[in-house]
Amino acid sequence: MDAATEAGQTKSDLTPSDAAHAPAPNTPQFTRDEDLHAYHEMLLIRRFEEKAGQLYGMGLIGGFCHLYIGQEAVVIGMQMASVEGDQVITGYRDHGHMLACGMDPKGVMAELTGRRGGYSRGKGGSMHMFSREKQFFGGHGIVGAQVSLGTGLAFADAYKKNGQVSLTYMGDGAANQGQVYESFNMAQLWKLPVVYVIENNRYAMGTSVARASAQTDFSKRGISFGIPGEQVDGMDVRTVREAAARAIAHARSGEGPYILEMQTYRYRGHSMSDPAKYRTKDEVSKMRDEHDPIEMVRKRLIDMHGVPEAELKATDAKVRETVNDAAEFATHDPEPDPAELWTDILLESRA
Amino acid sequence: MATDILMPALSPTMEEGKLAKWLKNEGDPVKSGDVLAEIETDKATMEVEAIDEGVLAKILVAEGTEGVKVNTPIAIITAEGEDASAASSTAPKADAPAQAAPAPDMQAEGQAKTPAPTAKTTDDAPKAPAAPATITNKAPAPVMAEFPEGTEMVTMTVREALRDAMAEEMRGDDAVFVMGEEVAEYQGAYKITQGLLQEFGARRVVDTPITEHGFAGIGVGAAFTGLRPIVEFMTFNFAMQAIDHIINSAAKTLYMSGGQLGCPIVFRGPNGAAARVGAQHSHDYSAWYSNVPGLKVIAPYTASDAKGLLKAAIRDPNPIIFLENEILYGQSFPVPKLDDFVLPIGKARVHRPGTDVTIVSFSIGMTYALKAAQALAEQGIEAEVIDLRTLRPMDTETVVESVKKTGRCVTVEEGFPQSGVGAEIVARLMVDAFDYLDAPVLRVTGKDVPMPYAANLEKLALPNVAEVIEAVKAVCYR
Repeated sequence: MDAATEAGQTKSDLTPSDAAHAPAPNTPQFTRDEDLHAYHEMLLIRRFEEKAGQLYGMGLIGGFCHLYIGQEAVVIGMQMASVEGDQVITGYRDHGHMLACGMDPKGVMAELTGRRGGYSRGKGGSMHMFSREKQFFGGHGIVGAQVSLGTGLAFADAYKKNGQVSLTYMGDGAANQGQVYESFNMAQLWKLPVVYVIENNRYAMGTSVARASAQTDFSKRGISFGIPGEQVDGMDVRTVREAAARAIAHARSGEGPYILEMQTYRYRGHSMSDPAKYRTKDEVSKMRDEHDPIEMVRKRLIDMHGVPEAELKATDAKVRETVNDAAEFATHDPEPDPAELWTDILLESRA
Repeated sequence: MATDILMPALSPTMEEGKLAKWLKNEGDPVKSGDVLAEIETDKATMEVEAIDEGVLAKILVAEGTEGVKVNTPIAIITAEGEDASAASSTAPKADAPAQAAPAPDMQAEGQAKTPAPTAKTTDDAPKAPAAPATITNKAPAPVMAEFPEGTEMVTMTVREALRDAMAEEMRGDDAVFVMGEEVAEYQGAYKITQGLLQEFGARRVVDTPITEHGFAGIGVGAAFTGLRPIVEFMTFNFAMQAIDHIINSAAKTLYMSGGQLGCPIVFRGPNGAAARVGAQHSHDYSAWYSNVPGLKVIAPYTASDAKGLLKAAIRDPNPIIFLENEILYGQSFPVPKLDDFVLPIGKARVHRPGTDVTIVSFSIGMTYALKAAQALAEQGIEAEVIDLRTLRPMDTETVVESVKKTGRCVTVEEGFPQSGVGAEIVARLMVDAFDYLDAPVLRVTGKDVPMPYAANLEKLALPNVAEVIEAVKAVCYR
């Protein structure tokens, strides 16, 4: 490693936007109900992911398992600004997106455990789940592939003139893939209704943004195509929703794509087997202590909206129960019938 | 010194064209770069430029003449005051293109093709399918079973059949659209999408930038929502940029989603060798795609199959790889004149019945197989030639039934030998027809080398009729 790269790894570079995490004077406000909704939704993801980590440790979940803990405000804020019918597609860190889309935690957890009640009947796993009903198009294991696919969803929306918008998520790692820029080009060329959400959690596996990206301001990644972009405090669900509303309105109105760089942070490792040697414990605990997306809402609910602790505890208990039920189902549901090996390879031709 | 101006080739596969118009008259002075004449094929018009200074001394081919062979002298340029008779109109052919044929410009490269197939790839290929009758009369009886007896047949090229198939399906279903490089305004790099833009408009005939990876992914994403994209690759060589979406996104998602998310998409375009386009533009991917569960792979030979199977592919709810062949585009075959002619995917066809040996092939491989069968018949060996048509799912049953009858089998393909389509057939025959075989099954394939450019080496790298005959004789112990 040369000196320049080493220099790029300094602590200050790894926390480029603490300013963005401090509540700005013009931070948009949520109503009591909105904060309660955001709290419940984010907590569900947090508890679900904690349980998934637990089941993985017990050997009940196999393969890869990428947890979304720390990034909850991104997908919840985005969903709060979208409407029914808008499509969602993302990469492999996808459990949070599925829950945010309203998919059943039991079906998601049972897919993680590879059981027949899973969303893909146990044949997809953590990275490959879909719900046509909830307009969730995966769940893709090839880094960056979802960006072209999500642009294709938007192509279909434009083709059908259905007024829907494709919310296409990627990480800071995927943002360096070539097909992302092929897609940006066509999306702007054809004014496709797509919002590209770059979840910059600062590390692509173990490689920090500064070590992988010549341009670390991801909101600028669409400049050469004329795609507007902005950096958003992705730890504050309110700023996320506000930016999302702007971006989605832009896309829906026929103006073409929009890029949102969500500055966020993943508390857990890249996957379950990540030793996390590439960052300090301090860095992680600082984010948890000072910028936790759920804790911020909780504090606001108590301090600003006057919600009694007891009510929040009741929410906590309800979420835990949902997650426990999901785990219970996912660990007792039978494995797929062996005959499932041979199904769903091709659809029956109608011709 | 007098110089012959020769009929130029617009493309690697062009053999002849029409001398549409002379723009200079005899006796006119010309200088380098002057446009002398216009020539046409069914696909393009090109200008013939002078590359020397002098006088257009003599026009050898009158304007309006059709079927002018490439490299035929069309005019003579002399130096000032020189006699035209000094020109050697029998200039050595090998030197000719360098003298007068303007190199096709970048735009025309690999795109402006004539429908004529090359005769350069095999020793014994006829010059052209100029006489469709020789092909027509091979239309086998079994084909007739796929449409009502007495159906009127029209002769059309594979190119026209493919276009008609797309146009018919687009008329019937608004969800069908075609996207790819040069499919719209240019009318198709190989003119397969000719006229579609005019009929269906830019919404449904979509020119893409040169970004195979990106637009293949966009096509797959659109297909996830229920649209039915036809994604044209200018050649399947370029689909290598997009193969991740073909395999990982298109082929696997139905399974990975537990049956929720189908992907009704057709990836089509020319596959395999054209003529003299080198290793990066000549790869045959038949075996690659046929290896992948979740895909259907079609590789037709005749125009009739091209039409009936492309229509079926567009209607199919699964991702389809539709492998065409550039050299076959211009070949003519009888096609049934029916309002809606659709063939079943996954059925081989006995193209030529026989009793002594089974030759199994597909796509352009059929040209070698059929010529060999004809030659063998003259030597008293009646070969049954099976056109697989679909490589996945593979119709093993038809092959096995034939081998049970003949006891001998040879496979023919242009692809590489290792893990090829022929290898698959051999393996299946081992299991399903072992007791019926009287000889080991032999394969005739492309050679195990990247495709060379030099004409002689290219010819050596491809299979040829003599190799098929030799293999058949070997399995017949003759």
